[in-house]
Amino acid sequence: MTRALALIPLLVAVVFGGFFLWGLDPDRNPNDIPSVLISQPAPEFTLMDVEGLATPSFERADLVGNPGPVIVNVFASWCVPCRAEHAVLTELVESEGQRLFGINYKDKPEDATRWLAELGNPYEKIGADSTGRAGIEWGISGVPETFIVGPDGTVLYRYVGPVVGDNAVEKFREALVQAGALERGVSG
Amino acid sequence: MRRLAVLLFLVLPVALFAVEPDEILQDPALEQRAREISKELRCVVCQNQDIDSSNAGVARDLRILVRERLVAGDSDVEVIDYIHARYGDYVLMRPPFNLSTAALWLAPFLLALASLLIGWVVLSASRRRKTAAGLSPAEEAEVARFIEQNKVSEEP
Repeated sequence: MTRALALIPLLVAVVFGGFFLWGLDPDRNPNDIPSVLISQPAPEFTLMDVEGLATPSFERADLVGNPGPVIVNVFASWCVPCRAEHAVLTELVESEGQRLFGINYKDKPEDATRWLAELGNPYEKIGADSTGRAGIEWGISGVPETFIVGPDGTVLYRYVGPVVGDNAVEKFREALVQAGALERGVSG
Repeated sequence: MRRLAVLLFLVLPVALFAVEPDEILQDPALEQRAREISKELRCVVCQNQDIDSSNAGVARDLRILVRERLVAGDSDVEVIDYIHARYGDYVLMRPPFNLSTAALWLAPFLLALASLLIGWVVLSASRRRKTAAGLSPAEEAEVARFIEQNKVSEEP
């Protein structure tokens, strides 16, 4: 009995130590909110045309019945990290043949048009979400956020924040591989 | 009257805080319900705040959404369910009890129980040790006899 009692401090140390180790993991973001959309059908949402932009808007039906997964990126011209992410997304579209749809979040059409004219437009379709209501349907907490939607319209993956930097790009590419949109080993 | 108006003006910004004037509903009863619902919903950007007191953009959008649903005739539960469906358990200040939140709800009770158990075991063990340290009447007698014997042998 006394011998078993001596093990209690060790047990407590192991339990709490394990908890702290988990909490201190640098890869764990405590602000991460798991998306309820993963493995769920894409939500219903309404987007408007971006005035003055030739790229057409899209709706939920456009996300269903595609030959492969599509990337849905939420962006805005006022969002600074989106500028950096833009290059990564353009690379994925131009060198890897990915399909990219954009949700232009709470942006002025003229700002969005100028932004895309300056940086280039890798988006196949762009819808304007001027009120942020479509953003709520997608459960976003800010911009940028990027989703991968499967051919049947199922949301496969969500990335919160800009896909910028080796770690983030690698994570996102891995998700594309998992989704079947990218061959493994093809490095960008 | 004027003093009252000034007083009202001073109190108003404190009372409303994050809720901006253009969001407030005309109907005070609906507005009251909206405020109560907003206190149940967590801001997804600054997660220690409810959306009623958060200045984040998404929190404002959600506040407006809550009011729109109320005006459209939703019940309080329907409004909360609507947002819960899009943002998951995390958006609720009081998340429901299910498999993924079980640890959250049960941990305080389990920890309290464990500490009580440990305390009880330790205390009862030390009490047992104390009673064991006492001497039985036979032992007392033997000690007394031993002391007596030594006294006698040392004196001469």
